[in-house]
Amino acid sequence: MVMVKIWGSLTSATDGQAEVEIEATTLKELLDGLSEKYPAIRPQLQRGVSVSIDGKIYNDSWFQPIREDSEVVLLRRIVGG
Amino acid sequence: MSQIHVTTKINGDTTEYLCDPEETLLDVLRDRLGLTGAKEGCGTGDCGACSVTVDGRLVCSCLMLGAEADGSEITTIEGMAEGEKLHPLQQKFLEHAALQCGICTPGILVAAKSLLEKNPSPTEEEARYWLAGNLCRCTGYDKIIRAVMDAAEEMRRAS
Amino acid sequence: MPLDDHTPDQTPGEARQFKVVGTRPLRPDGIDKVTGRARFGADMSAPGMLIGRVLRSPHAHARIRSIDTSKAEALSGVKAVVTRADFGPGDDDVADILDNCMAGEKALYDGHAIAAVAATSAAIARKALKLIDVDYEILPHVTDVDAAMKPDAPVLHEGLSDETVPEGVSQNVVHRVEFGHGDVEAGFAKADKVLERTFKTAATHQGYIEPHACLATMGADGIADLWVCTQGHYMVRNTCAAILGIDQGKLRVTASEIGGGFGGKTTVFLEPVALALSRKANRPVKMTMTREEVLRATGPTSSTSIDVKIGMNKDGKITAASADLRYQGGAYPGSPADMGSMTAFAPYDLENVKTVGWDVVTNRPKAAAYRAPGAPMAAFAVESVVDELAKGFGLDPLDVRLKNAAREGTKSSYGPTFPAIGLEATLQAAKDHPHWKAPLGPNQGRGVACGFWFNFGGDTCVSLNITPDGTVTLTEGNPDIGGSRASMSMMAAEELGIPYDQVRTVIADTGALGQNEVTDGSRVTFAVGLATIKAARNAKKVLCERAAMVWGIDPDAVEWVDGCARPAGDNAGKFPPMSLKEIAAIASNTGGPVAGHFEVNAEGAGVSFATHMVDTEVDPDTGAVKVVRYTVFQDAGKAVHPAYVEGQFQGGAVQGIGWALNEEYIYGEDGRLQNPGFLDYRIPVASDLPMIDTVILEIPNPGHPYGVRGVGETSIVPPLAAIANSVSEAAGVRMTSLPMSPPKVLAAIQAG
Repeated sequence: MVMVKIWGSLTSATDGQAEVEIEATTLKELLDGLSEKYPAIRPQLQRGVSVSIDGKIYNDSWFQPIREDSEVVLLRRIVGG
Repeated sequence: MSQIHVTTKINGDTTEYLCDPEETLLDVLRDRLGLTGAKEGCGTGDCGACSVTVDGRLVCSCLMLGAEADGSEITTIEGMAEGEKLHPLQQKFLEHAALQCGICTPGILVAAKSLLEKNPSPTEEEARYWLAGNLCRCTGYDKIIRAVMDAAEEMRRAS
Repeated sequence: MPLDDHTPDQTPGEARQFKVVGTRPLRPDGIDKVTGRARFGADMSAPGMLIGRVLRSPHAHARIRSIDTSKAEALSGVKAVVTRADFGPGDDDVADILDNCMAGEKALYDGHAIAAVAATSAAIARKALKLIDVDYEILPHVTDVDAAMKPDAPVLHEGLSDETVPEGVSQNVVHRVEFGHGDVEAGFAKADKVLERTFKTAATHQGYIEPHACLATMGADGIADLWVCTQGHYMVRNTCAAILGIDQGKLRVTASEIGGGFGGKTTVFLEPVALALSRKANRPVKMTMTREEVLRATGPTSSTSIDVKIGMNKDGKITAASADLRYQGGAYPGSPADMGSMTAFAPYDLENVKTVGWDVVTNRPKAAAYRAPGAPMAAFAVESVVDELAKGFGLDPLDVRLKNAAREGTKSSYGPTFPAIGLEATLQAAKDHPHWKAPLGPNQGRGVACGFWFNFGGDTCVSLNITPDGTVTLTEGNPDIGGSRASMSMMAAEELGIPYDQVRTVIADTGALGQNEVTDGSRVTFAVGLATIKAARNAKKVLCERAAMVWGIDPDAVEWVDGCARPAGDNAGKFPPMSLKEIAAIASNTGGPVAGHFEVNAEGAGVSFATHMVDTEVDPDTGAVKVVRYTVFQDAGKAVHPAYVEGQFQGGAVQGIGWALNEEYIYGEDGRLQNPGFLDYRIPVASDLPMIDTVILEIPNPGHPYGVRGVGETSIVPPLAAIANSVSEAAGVRMTSLPMSPPKVLAAIQAG
């Protein structure tokens, strides 16, 4: 089980919780798990998110491993210029 | 409307061309003569990327008609190096990393060469004001000015 | 093994000794660029090519009732005319881009593309545009972000506001986002002083000197070639393919040299139109933009309206901070209000923080990225308030920032905990620098500010090939906007242990590699560098295997040192080393040509912090501001080519100077852009500026073999704030609106 931090305005999709628990060992399992447990979060996931795992930002790497004690933070999709 | 026949000298070579009355010298250089070193950045004489010299005078070729060049001597960036020997300005630009994307570089080199022909010992301020008509968006001008001052010094030593 | 295990090879605490990395060789495209030989977007032609031009809306907001192109089509010399009707529906995820490239139901901004023609000359094309009849129903328009949010504002699109937007605001508000942690109200209650201010910034343009240009050739069979100046030719390929409904592999895109981008060339404007014209005319079509078109109809930044509230104690500790950031992104959703919300307080270690970002549409061109999108404006607002609070308590602005500085282990304002970062190093370097203590003259003021940007990695392919004579060709897919070819050659040379001039880096067309993320996000030296290093290591493995074959020993018993394979372990000294050249010469005899390649979605880019320090002088009679001295302090992780790192610091700072002092989009009452040219859209020129001094800090990024961090974007984040703090000091009045052009500074002095 992994703890995931949800940003302020997105907590409306997770019953007001800023931190939720998801069964996952990889990034894909995490996103699939969130989608399944909190259907209201799906529009945002579809729009795109970045995920910070232990301080590093990941965009699309499905099989990026996540440890049980990893710090996982959902972020807006990061774009550059 | 019939085209106008022009005879001119470009980088020392006698050149003839036909152009429409409303064509700028920049259009002629780029589209008719294959001299694409001069660039169109604005078309209104504000950016200097099209800089050439006409009878020794620094001009924006986008503000001059191709037809006006009849009987004149024009130099462009393509005429700056002598064969494989780069002009000191060109060499110093490379050494100082005075270019990033390079689009403004031909215009700035032509303008800087014109400056040093008129004033072989410019101060930093004089160099900056002379080049104020050449826009660069990448470098912040710092390394460009250093390269120009360094080239000026080398050219003074050599003469 | 985690996908992103690119940890540095050196022992922790021991800096690796580099031979090539960190030096300043001449760039490989240098001679082309100083002689005018280099070919940019508009420098290409093709036999039989036509010239394409675009008809643009003169109205800020209008329904397009009908378009009659018959007279234009009948003009002699015109070979094709296209409107939106010539495009299919396209994929959903490019719908906004398509609508921006060619208007559908409505013209949404002054300059919006309505139709396009291809003709045998530019003159005929221009004449043809005048023969296109468009029946417009003019609608009310709105260009200001706060006005666009009001419930009674003219609406651009019905039904775009998503589930995050609350009741009571206009449908032009398409998204709301919120970040933070702790309890800001409790934090404000604890503060010795709470300061609230509102800031406004005008829209600006990336200002690249090269207008957009491309040359398209497309046949009826869907096979197409495109020459274009772009930050990402793979993005161009994929976007155009999606818009035109063709397979990505059918479209081959070649990136020309690019005359500046800064984020503005990370999308498409002309390209799908040029391809559509070419397909219809069955001839190559060349299209370029005029400067007026670039300013009216490409992708400027957002204009913003930002409220900041910070509570501070008299010892300088911030107790709580909040910001409300309203950004308009032009006529379609996608302003970087979210990036602004995430980066606004990033340099600070805060117990209580809250940021709210609003994405608003207006009748302006669709905003595109501009170097750290969203961050500079947010930093301007936040750093101004921090500065004012610090000065109010008589505290040193750098000390206040050091007291509250984010460091390794800080929970950032946008969520993640920071690993090792360089903010404190830049602040300390600033404090220790002679600039900080230098005396100031009359009407002069000094300002400092911090800035932050994420950086990212993305899809990257590198192919390293060794020729029979032992020289190396490195093929990569990222247009070179700042000298990156030199850096790649340096990293390859470093890994292979050969001289820099033995490596030639080329940027290949889309047919040569699978997919490459755009040159943006400060990603190239990090991601392409990483792939280069890995590709070189793969090549070294093969080279060692070949030597092992020749020596008849186990490949594991061969090591690569100083550009040569040599036997190791028990076989050490048994055979003389074989150089890369020697092995290349016998490649065909030992299995075939030698190469190494690496494809990766590079993750793990490090964040980058900077502190800027600037002295300005304000003329109290005219309000004119002169920049007197400027120093950049930024963490680069590892500076591969120091001159190019310095160049990024200087270029970003100067763009920030322009943004702070002169540049702005001015819209008239009629919603039309009043200053679409370089005369009145005034970017900094050489005589405006002093030398820009730079200090490179190197706190290695743990996610890259050499410790590289991206540097290209962070340097534009602090200048708006640093200059505002400096001008506020010099003028004796707090400036809250950008740009700080002479009339505005004068008005503020006279009012204050």
